[in-house]
Amino acid sequence: MRNPARVGRALGLSNLLRLIFLVDLFQGLWVTFRNQHPRNICTEQYPAERPKVAERYRGLPRLNRNPETGEPLCIGCNLCALACPENLIVMTSERNEQTKRKEMVTFTFDTSRCMFCGLCEEVCPSDALELTQNFEMATYTREGQVLTRKMCEEGIEAKRYKC
Amino acid sequence: MPDATFLDSTELVLNMGPQHPSTHGVLRVILKLDGEKVLGTDCVIGYLHRGVEKIAENRTYVQFNPYVDRMDYVAAVSNGLGYCLAIEKLLNVEAPPRAQVVRVILAELNRIASHLVWLGTHALDIGALTPVFYCFREREAVLNIFEKYCGARLTTHAFRIGGLQYELYDGFEREVKAFCDMFPAKVDEYEELLTRNRIWVGRLVNVGVLNAQDCKRYGVTGPVLRAAGVEWDLRKAQPYSGYEKYDFRIPAGRNGDTYDRYTVRMEEVRQSLCIIRQAVETIPEGPIMAKVPKVIKPPVGEAYVSIEAPKGELGYYVVSDGSTQPYRVRVRPPSFVNLQALDRMVRGGLVADVVAVIGTLDIVLGEVDR
Repeated sequence: MRNPARVGRALGLSNLLRLIFLVDLFQGLWVTFRNQHPRNICTEQYPAERPKVAERYRGLPRLNRNPETGEPLCIGCNLCALACPENLIVMTSERNEQTKRKEMVTFTFDTSRCMFCGLCEEVCPSDALELTQNFEMATYTREGQVLTRKMCEEGIEAKRYKC
Repeated sequence: MPDATFLDSTELVLNMGPQHPSTHGVLRVILKLDGEKVLGTDCVIGYLHRGVEKIAENRTYVQFNPYVDRMDYVAAVSNGLGYCLAIEKLLNVEAPPRAQVVRVILAELNRIASHLVWLGTHALDIGALTPVFYCFREREAVLNIFEKYCGARLTTHAFRIGGLQYELYDGFEREVKAFCDMFPAKVDEYEELLTRNRIWVGRLVNVGVLNAQDCKRYGVTGPVLRAAGVEWDLRKAQPYSGYEKYDFRIPAGRNGDTYDRYTVRMEEVRQSLCIIRQAVETIPEGPIMAKVPKVIKPPVGEAYVSIEAPKGELGYYVVSDGSTQPYRVRVRPPSFVNLQALDRMVRGGLVADVVAVIGTLDIVLGEVDR
């Protein structure tokens, strides 16, 4: 049964005084009082202020283009599709007879089961596939989670609601 | 003789969970009660079973790496470390010194983050609402370091087989040092809130006692074992990843009750800080990745590596048949083993103590069920 003698390992006079004057109670209240200071407020008002995520953040995938020529950087090697643990990337490629190079034709990335491990990004030899800092990718449908080539190249913008 | 009434029945079978807020996930405990007294318990687990060990058999060694983060998701870095060490043992390679030091820093930061989650939720279960906010505030600092280092906060996928994928970002050392300077005062603050608080002491002292002999019988490891007075820490007993280079102490309790487990974990947080301080001063230059082939095909054989995760001994047993996929991966999760002692700890106690004991065992159901 709970009796006061069990409170505190050694019950001396000082402990008894602490008990009578509720020292532990006021100690705790003093800590919470100290943390009332506006400097200690750390709540983020999320939709109003959007957090700046780290540079290496693994978010929405993007297919990069060559900034000078505007051509896709993808060389159609299919390594990302092979690296993916969940087989979420499906791509087809064909050989361009004029340039004698492989080019990506279709590309889909199913983010609904993606765990953003970054293995696809690591394995890409031409830095074509990249995980970006965009983390707002909620959709109303499951189909909306499957990114097409166009969505991967242009990126998707989250709808901004008034707040 | 009057007919038997409901007053005559003494036993009551009560389901606690799987949606009970203080079972830390989806644990169902069937309690057999006599009034407030617990006559026995029965745990039902498996609500979060995802078949991680089976998934491993259908993935390559590299591909399985992100899955281990999803077992103990509050200590994802430690999980990744154990897995990578097991595969490195199979391959007979060793991570370069720079990678090893960074691994130690991140794993210890993760231990602090994990203990902060434990402290916050445990205090919440007992009825102290304040610590959880402060704990999560400081945990945020750790998670920010993780996010900047590897791009994810919780399921980090920070380590790779053979070393690290990411080089340290600019200002890593500065931020870790700033955290080390800021954090001890915060630990003192938590202690100020709890350690001598009479409700806290009254709820924890002599509750859920598990002595050293029982701990060994159940195979309980981690802070639960150390609180019973056994100074057993794999970082000292069989050092891995260069832990032998650091000077730290293994905190141990005396009585093996819930209060001792609290003090042991608080001291462990301080010791982790001490390790981080030493490690961050001595990050050597050099490569971060050992020479590992692109396609990992370990030779036929098996390896068992166990590390000291925040919750106890985390072991990975990997069998290779020489192909690119593991033949079998068995995980020895500390939460699962520690949970087995629940019945022993709460039998004869009160219902409210069950909540305290589940909290003090620091279980993560993702790891219990896998």
